Amino acid sequence: MNDVIIVGAGPAGLSAGITCAKKGLGVLIIDEYMKPGGRLLGQLYEEPNGSWWNGIQESTSLYEHAVDLGIQFQLNTPVNNIEKLDQSWVIYTDKHTFNTDHLLLATGAAESPVPVPGWTLPGVMSVGAAQVMTNVHRVKPGERGVIIGVNVLSAAIAMELQLAGIDVACLTLPKLNKITKNAAQPKDVLESLLHVSHMAPSPLIRFGSKLMKNDFMKKMGVTFYPKEGVKMWDIPIQLRKAVINIYGDGEVEGITSATIDANGEVVSGSEENIACDFVCIAGGLYPLTELAAVAGCPFYLIDELGGYVPLHNERMETTLDGLYVAGNITGIEGAKVAIAQGVTAGLSIAENAGISGLDVDIQHSIQSIELTRDKAYIQFHPEVKKGKRILKEQWKEYERSVKKLVH
Amino acid sequence: MSRRILEHPVLGNLQDNKYISFTFNNKNYEGLESESIAAALLANGIRTLRYHEESGSPRGIYCNIGHCFECRVTVNGTQGVRACLTPLQAGMVIESGGKLPTPVRDWSAENE
Repeated sequence: MNDVIIVGAGPAGLSAGITCAKKGLGVLIIDEYMKPGGRLLGQLYEEPNGSWWNGIQESTSLYEHAVDLGIQFQLNTPVNNIEKLDQSWVIYTDKHTFNTDHLLLATGAAESPVPVPGWTLPGVMSVGAAQVMTNVHRVKPGERGVIIGVNVLSAAIAMELQLAGIDVACLTLPKLNKITKNAAQPKDVLESLLHVSHMAPSPLIRFGSKLMKNDFMKKMGVTFYPKEGVKMWDIPIQLRKAVINIYGDGEVEGITSATIDANGEVVSGSEENIACDFVCIAGGLYPLTELAAVAGCPFYLIDELGGYVPLHNERMETTLDGLYVAGNITGIEGAKVAIAQGVTAGLSIAENAGISGLDVDIQHSIQSIELTRDKAYIQFHPEVKKGKRILKEQWKEYERSVKKLVH
Repeated sequence: MSRRILEHPVLGNLQDNKYISFTFNNKNYEGLESESIAAALLANGIRTLRYHEESGSPRGIYCNIGHCFECRVTVNGTQGVRACLTPLQAGMVIESGGKLPTPVRDWSAENE
């Protein structure tokens, strides 16, 4: 029996494990990937002070710290199921079954797919897949790629691909359909891009973003947006064109794009082919919550947090005794926020495991999450704080209803 | 042309001298020990990992981190192994799954 079991060896899971181990708890971290670090592994970007945030280095140092503290790891180990039996959590994996009183789910996020005709061809992959191939495995996803989906993540990864010597032909949009919805609307995409504009060396985007703070200007911006796009890190970003097909005999050979008007409709006769040997689909991230669902957590759909999130409080406790969450399972944010959330989860677990005198530390750690969020360089969702407020209201509502039941 | 990124301006340079042998669909290849099967195959220029069980259309990696199950292959006789999550080991025998028979549908198409 382990004092604490953590599912997910990403930034949240590692920092929670370190926090628990420092308080003297025995920790086991389980992850299905072969390396610790989770999505942090692939990250690579330049910070405002000119230094690089190197996800591999950050992962290694967290992992080494964890190992030094005696934390046990089970990598390459998918968790199939969890359930509560006789007051303790049972964790089922391919290899073993584990028990614990305190279970933290730090399962992170998954990428939303965007169906485009031809997207099952080998060579089409999620933008995160290309990131992991390039930065973690150091294998080129291809020589020349097209990225479908313009958002914070895809813009950052486009730059990372370039850094590794891979040609990115363009960033472009999927054709509007029932599923792609906002991701195919130039106006909405432009709005989301405003939140990475401070990273863009292109003065047009930087300057343009200041002009386009209101809806009317955004519409004008799309209308007058050059058909050939503007460039960010020298990569054309096409908002007036959409990919209508991915073609190739057995694997990707190119994409067909067409001009779309400000409402996202295809202008017929405007089709053109762009040759490439890989295509990345960037549909954004959503919290990976299956284990919280099988455990029986109540969920709320909060778009500002990226999708359905299990109900939890500021101390990262769910409504289920001994079940905690941290990291992107609680909403899509950067790795630094995940690390801060891991600390809070670790302290809550330690307190619930019987270690006293942690109240002030827990309050400080909750403030530290807020500070980290405020300072975040990359904001995946502009309204994340609103999402957190909604969640807080839901938790209060839950507490009120529990009190009613008790009385 | 090498598909491996041996030099990188921020992540530094890599040595790729620990090659081991494995087979994929009865052909010999070399890869780096403990890299993912998917990475080893892509480094060898192989994108098609399997053929869809029903349609027979070729499939490769999609998410590359274990969520989508598009990359499943047979490894040393075990079916349904995710190539993106499985570390390569010397002597591995890796095979693509293929199209499965659809006798009921075929019969229906001919007789109804």
